[in-house]
Amino acid sequence: MTVAIDRATGKRRGDRAPRPGLGQRVRNGLQKYWYAYAMIAPVVVVLGVLVGYPLARGFYLTLTDANSLNSARTIGVNHIDATYKFVGLDNYQDILFGPTAYDRFWSHFLWTVFWTAACVALHYCLGLGLALMLHQKLRGRTVYRLLLVLPWAVPTFVTVFSWRIMLADSGALNQLLGSLHLPQPEWLEDTFWQRFAAIMVNTWCGVPFMMLSLLGGLQSIDSTLYEAAEMDGASAWQRFRHVTLPGLRAVSSTVVLLGVIWTFNQFVIIFLLFGKNSAPDAQILVTWAYQLGFGQQPRDFAQSAAYGVLLLSILTVFTSFYFRWLKRNDQLAV
Amino acid sequence: MSTTTPDTTETAPVPAAAPVRRTRRRGERGPLGTALLHGGLVLASLIALAPVAWLCYLSLGPDKDDYLHPGGIAGKLTFSNYDFVLRHTGFFDWFRSTMIVALGTTVIGVLVAATTGYAVSRMRFPGYKQLMWVLLLTQAFPIAILIVPMYEIFSELGLIDTYWALIAVNCSTAVPYSAWLLKGYFDTIPFEIDEAGRVDGLTPFGTFFRLILPLARPGLAVAAFYTFITAVGEVAFATTFLLDDSKYTFAVGLQTFVSEHDAQWNYMAATAVLIAIPVTVFFYLVQRNLVTGLTAGGTKG
Repeated sequence: MTVAIDRATGKRRGDRAPRPGLGQRVRNGLQKYWYAYAMIAPVVVVLGVLVGYPLARGFYLTLTDANSLNSARTIGVNHIDATYKFVGLDNYQDILFGPTAYDRFWSHFLWTVFWTAACVALHYCLGLGLALMLHQKLRGRTVYRLLLVLPWAVPTFVTVFSWRIMLADSGALNQLLGSLHLPQPEWLEDTFWQRFAAIMVNTWCGVPFMMLSLLGGLQSIDSTLYEAAEMDGASAWQRFRHVTLPGLRAVSSTVVLLGVIWTFNQFVIIFLLFGKNSAPDAQILVTWAYQLGFGQQPRDFAQSAAYGVLLLSILTVFTSFYFRWLKRNDQLAV
Repeated sequence: MSTTTPDTTETAPVPAAAPVRRTRRRGERGPLGTALLHGGLVLASLIALAPVAWLCYLSLGPDKDDYLHPGGIAGKLTFSNYDFVLRHTGFFDWFRSTMIVALGTTVIGVLVAATTGYAVSRMRFPGYKQLMWVLLLTQAFPIAILIVPMYEIFSELGLIDTYWALIAVNCSTAVPYSAWLLKGYFDTIPFEIDEAGRVDGLTPFGTFFRLILPLARPGLAVAAFYTFITAVGEVAFATTFLLDDSKYTFAVGLQTFVSEHDAQWNYMAATAVLIAIPVTVFFYLVQRNLVTGLTAGGTKG
């Protein structure tokens, strides 16, 4: 009866003196918590089937030499069984320390880290700037807010194509730059400008979410804090530094974490902005892994899956360090 | 409507107050500050608007190379691209596929996630922490880690090039996300309601279905909408798993206008506008709720 309303029951453990055996404990647990387990069962089953099993399968693939030539496949009515074999950790060895490790993995890794840091920093700073501007008492700020949300509202795969038209060799952006007598870079051909363009487009796409979240955070800061700070003679900068930023901590730590994860895994923008098979140096790890698995012949399933495992490990390590850092600074929000 | 009403309420007190005290209070802006503020916001709005506006403009030019001479479009505006897209491409097939995949994901995802969201909001049970951690961690899954094994599994099951495959992969991200989001929403519903239900003799299931679920309708709507939008925008799996062009979703269909050899930018632009307008309008209607829903799961955990 009391199971569903938690809090009290969860902590009431000390009154049972002798610890029963494992079977008994499982039975007790099921009896006591079966409502909860019944309720989470659908998600556990779905995640087990749709995430757990493929994950295990994918991990096994990384230990083989699977590619599209030796995997199980059906051509017409003929079914060909898989012939790939177990090779242990060779894929990881090859990716991380093999002769082409720098060209294939480490250069993309460095670019991915730079890409993530640059994009999230730009998202956050621009988002915060716009949120502060929208937070002012201002005529027409609802209109501004609606216009500024636009990049978030339009599906990304639509806007990326729009950017591609604008960034094309003699597209709108270069025509504009030309009319101002500025240099017209080859946005979609030159590696440096490809990377520049990718960061620019991703920033454009990501700022609205940051802006709205931080605006929500700003609105939840108690205005009496500002009045008190003003009474104490704090300057605008001091008020921002000592009232606004601490007030935004909870929201900031959440959106920065989300931003890092989303940017690190950002597939659509790079995949669609450069089309297939171009811009090898502007690929981040996610799109590069996809390229290995599906963008070339023969498809290298094993290496692609190994990249996937490496990516997930990087993110897991990052997330746990981030949480530890938040906890130490007592800013835990999630 | 909604864009104009708040303005009047905000600006109304200003004329009344202005003549009374001419000196500015500390912290109030001067005219220069206001001008800078408007300038900054106008510039930002223009940047936000430009790519989309440009797409709309180009969609009205009849030739595929019109983007190179945008000045020429103004003289020959036409809806011929829209006409072509609607009559001679797979637009309606793509529309159907997108709807099947997105609605399927939404219905399954939210249905499955709802009870879990409630359970993790109200109950503490052994395994609670692990479950929350798994729900959070699946948010961090790069597509690269699931796409290869999923491809293998689906091709063994003969599910490649079916809508089921896409609904399944979309659910793998939508379910944990919806559960997380709904937990945040259920947390805002007072626990006293549950207690009242229990006192009246309802089981936890009864409490959930008869009391909480009706109250949580706005939260369910946000979760459903967000799942829908995510499923519509999904590119990687749709590109890989759909082979037959009558089954393409919009995300895949739009790519077909731009191949290595030929880029039909005019048709692409028209299709993009046709996709973007309904989604954008819909989005604007609910965007305020979206942010609240999105950060609620994070900040109120």
